[in-house]
Amino acid sequence: MSRSAEASAGVKSDRALGLDGRLPRILTPAGVPVDPSLHSHLRRHGPLPTYARPTDVDRLWEDLARVGILGRGGAGFPLLRKLRSVPPRGRSPVVVANGTEGEPASDKDKVLLLQAPHLVLDGISVAVDLVGATHAVVVVPDEVLTVVGGAARERRRSDRVRVEVVAAARGFVAGEASAVVNWLQRGAPLPRMTPPRLVESGLRKRPTLVQNVETLAHLALVARHGAGWYAAVGTPEEPGSMLVTLSGDVVRSGVHEVAVGTPLDDLLEMGGVSAERLGALLVGGYSAAWVGARDVPTLDMSRASLRRVGASPGAGIVAALGRDRCGLVETARVLRYLAGQSAGQCGPCVFGLDAIANEFSELARNGRGDPALIRRWIGQVDGRGACAHPDGAARFARSALEVFGAEVESHLDGWCSGTSDTPVLPLPGLEEDGR
Amino acid sequence: MRLVVDPVLCDGRGVCAEVLPEVITLDDWGFPIAERGELDPRLEGAAEEAVRLCPRLALRLVP
Repeated sequence: MSRSAEASAGVKSDRALGLDGRLPRILTPAGVPVDPSLHSHLRRHGPLPTYARPTDVDRLWEDLARVGILGRGGAGFPLLRKLRSVPPRGRSPVVVANGTEGEPASDKDKVLLLQAPHLVLDGISVAVDLVGATHAVVVVPDEVLTVVGGAARERRRSDRVRVEVVAAARGFVAGEASAVVNWLQRGAPLPRMTPPRLVESGLRKRPTLVQNVETLAHLALVARHGAGWYAAVGTPEEPGSMLVTLSGDVVRSGVHEVAVGTPLDDLLEMGGVSAERLGALLVGGYSAAWVGARDVPTLDMSRASLRRVGASPGAGIVAALGRDRCGLVETARVLRYLAGQSAGQCGPCVFGLDAIANEFSELARNGRGDPALIRRWIGQVDGRGACAHPDGAARFARSALEVFGAEVESHLDGWCSGTSDTPVLPLPGLEEDGR
Repeated sequence: MRLVVDPVLCDGRGVCAEVLPEVITLDDWGFPIAERGELDPRLEGAAEEAVRLCPRLALRLVP
């Protein structure tokens, strides 16, 4: 390609790449070839601002206060609050970018790291500056190690703090922040008790800021383009875009970048299904909640909206369950998986999740499980672990009993309304076990 | 004061529930559930004993 042709292609792609307020901002637009190189990144987003003057840093803090980014790993913890809770004095902090993505129904972190590793590295660099860190690590799944490692090498000389790229541990709980720190420190992805909080004492007892990789990509967008630009999409309370993984009974599964506040109906349309074909929607992930089909048309992908039905956007997971499926059968499968994913450290989690999964499975398979007993055990595991794994499983099981309440009654009467029993929610090993 | 169980250290031996049944009950698998909130000051002596007797050092009294 001649220099002028390349330049004009550059101008064209800049417009096509959505920096004029359209989406996607983070992912590569449809029809444009994926190019994770630094060159392509800088052409799209321009050079990363340096915080040469204190006023620049002040403006970034103000911008962050205006847009109020919420963590994208699942819990939705406000980024600004976590940044501010890193102690300003004492031992030098560490920034850990978490791309572990232990949720089997989520692919968005992998897709993000494959398409835009430099946006995540930008976010790390900004976080390093904001908290005065001297060490940074990005933890990523094996599949994207080469791409992210290559990206980190490309900017080795330009970044003030070199970013170490580490392969993530596998497993549902391995993505929990304290488990990531333990993985880095001693090669065992086990959650630990808090307090002390990781921002006070984390990796090798240093203050440690653990942020999901997508959260850091959003931080980079605000730092590069400002709060006004960032808030041009999304809702007034929750500005910006978000990555969503569509799966389950959809025609087209995959990762999309959508505005926060996108109606659930629109997401289903992207997946090629209509709400009438739907029995229920799993929103957030396996530690989040089911949403009944009746509620779907009234809801959108924002915390404010989903809160009304006890759900949350979580890690951006949206899994559709067709009308021909039994929600109890699918819930039982996931609960069995979650019980098996306990780190095995806390008694109530080890014994309780197993008991709930067994009883739920009896209810789903032959109507002999006792919903009252399941509810009793949900109450007994909730909040009783070092990490929130039992709480998440409890929330998921509780939402199933509510959303599929009529189906529970049917099962107790001896019949199941599901006519299709092929597994649908994504779980590791699904391809192998006879699907 | 509040009673806190460290769920990683706890093995479910159940000594605490015998010493302090007013505040600690056992779940269906024998693991202690400490009542949330402030401890009745009259039970502080018994709570200290429960902390001392825990064979796993999993029970703590925190302000």
